[in-house]
Amino acid sequence: MSGPLVKTTCMNEEDIDRALTRMAHQILEANHGAQGLALVGIVTRGDILAKRLQDKIEQIEGVRLPLGKLDISFYRDDFMTHFAPEVLGTDIPFDIDGMTVVLVDDVLYTGRTIRAALDALMDIGRPASVQLAVLVDRGHRELPIRADYVGKNVPSASDESVRLFLKDVDGASAVEILDMDPGQRAGAAPLGAKEGVA
Amino acid sequence: MGFPHKHLIDISEYSADEIMQLLKTAESFKEVNERRIKQVPTLKGATIVNMFNEPSTRTRSSFEIAEKRLSANSLNFGGSSTSSVKGESLSDTVETLCSYKIDMIIVRDKHAGVPRKIADLSGVHVIDAGDGKHQHPTQALLDLYSIWEHKGSFEGLNVGVVGDISHSRVCGSLIPALKIMGANVCVIAPPTLIPANVEVLGADSVTSDFDSVLPDLDAVYMLRVQRERMEGAPFPSLREYNMMFGLTQQRDRLMKPDAIICHPGPINRGVELDSFMADHPDRSVILDQVYAGILVRMAALYLLLGGSEDGITA
Repeated sequence: MSGPLVKTTCMNEEDIDRALTRMAHQILEANHGAQGLALVGIVTRGDILAKRLQDKIEQIEGVRLPLGKLDISFYRDDFMTHFAPEVLGTDIPFDIDGMTVVLVDDVLYTGRTIRAALDALMDIGRPASVQLAVLVDRGHRELPIRADYVGKNVPSASDESVRLFLKDVDGASAVEILDMDPGQRAGAAPLGAKEGVA
Repeated sequence: MGFPHKHLIDISEYSADEIMQLLKTAESFKEVNERRIKQVPTLKGATIVNMFNEPSTRTRSSFEIAEKRLSANSLNFGGSSTSSVKGESLSDTVETLCSYKIDMIIVRDKHAGVPRKIADLSGVHVIDAGDGKHQHPTQALLDLYSIWEHKGSFEGLNVGVVGDISHSRVCGSLIPALKIMGANVCVIAPPTLIPANVEVLGADSVTSDFDSVLPDLDAVYMLRVQRERMEGAPFPSLREYNMMFGLTQQRDRLMKPDAIICHPGPINRGVELDSFMADHPDRSVILDQVYAGILVRMAALYLLLGGSEDGITA
């Protein structure tokens, strides 16, 4: 079986880095600094982006924000109709009560992942507010959810898949638009999807 | 990507990878159990019947907590209130339950093979919560979890299983599971409590001389002396059993410095386990096993109920 066809590469490593730099500035600007802020990335790639935002905010502001990762497997709305997703684990090693939590994800699509993430966060604690940062917004929302910080808006068709690959885990960084195999769902690629690619 | 099993009845049907997947999933449920709100909505809308046709406190309450923390609806069915005492056949009972449109049955029964029969009759997911002297797979999983948590891996680990092998369904699952995971298993028991066909369980060695093998063991699994199941007199007295096969305080010095002690509970203190050993701060993992019971049962419910067989992977 051949892999899905890459139609377009819409961001390369430099584009991704510039977008993250801008988003770090925007987060600090909107919140008047780093006071009370925390970053929570959604696994499997949002957590890596959140770590990069943490580094950038530290370079800009000299403050290292608390960083957590969130696995939404237990909150999915398609659990009983699809295979149990592999659980990678939630790890939020700080109290989110009263914090301004910036949720970080790679691609914003239907909004269902974010709905699940919000429910998960509310079971963990009571943040003062929650903001959303995504590297790519591809449209096709099915729920009333929007991002506060967007790296790039990528118009796409619903039979396409928009995927982020990251150097740390996939061997190369890029945002790509792919044709989907019939019946395939537009989920994230498994980690290591680009391993071996120069 | 999906979990290839519909039931958890016979642990020997599971591969090392699948058991590891269960243990890792169990580990990720720790975080849920340590929150203020110890509940996730994962199994919202699923209906699980706890069919306990034999007394059980620990296993049943552990399953109930696992179901509740995953937001499943559970129905307790069994004991003296069941219609079997009115003469209803097992298949009629199962068909009645299935008419409630349930998703899973957790079965405890005094007869071996009942969970498999129910799986065949019902078509829904079945977990064996202990059947006769046959199997008790979630007990084996929680034991594996506790050993894995304290020892890090199973490969080459020396595990001694001590006591009433012949009446033990815990052994029926634990010994095969340990072998699947690559551990060495030594069975230690009075000859009267070793089943004639102990080799089918897969143990590497069998002995009645506890002190000769104790210094080599990394984990010592003490079975409960099931006085209620014994007929005749398999050993002269409980005091003599304690001297020969009990994990007494005197045996502490024979053990490896980092050897751990497991017990499925409830403990007969002073019979198979002295209080000094049962409460040993460095060795006893008995309370960790109880907690692991919730974690592995949540993992089993999650993996078995997650998705239909024709589901599409992400």
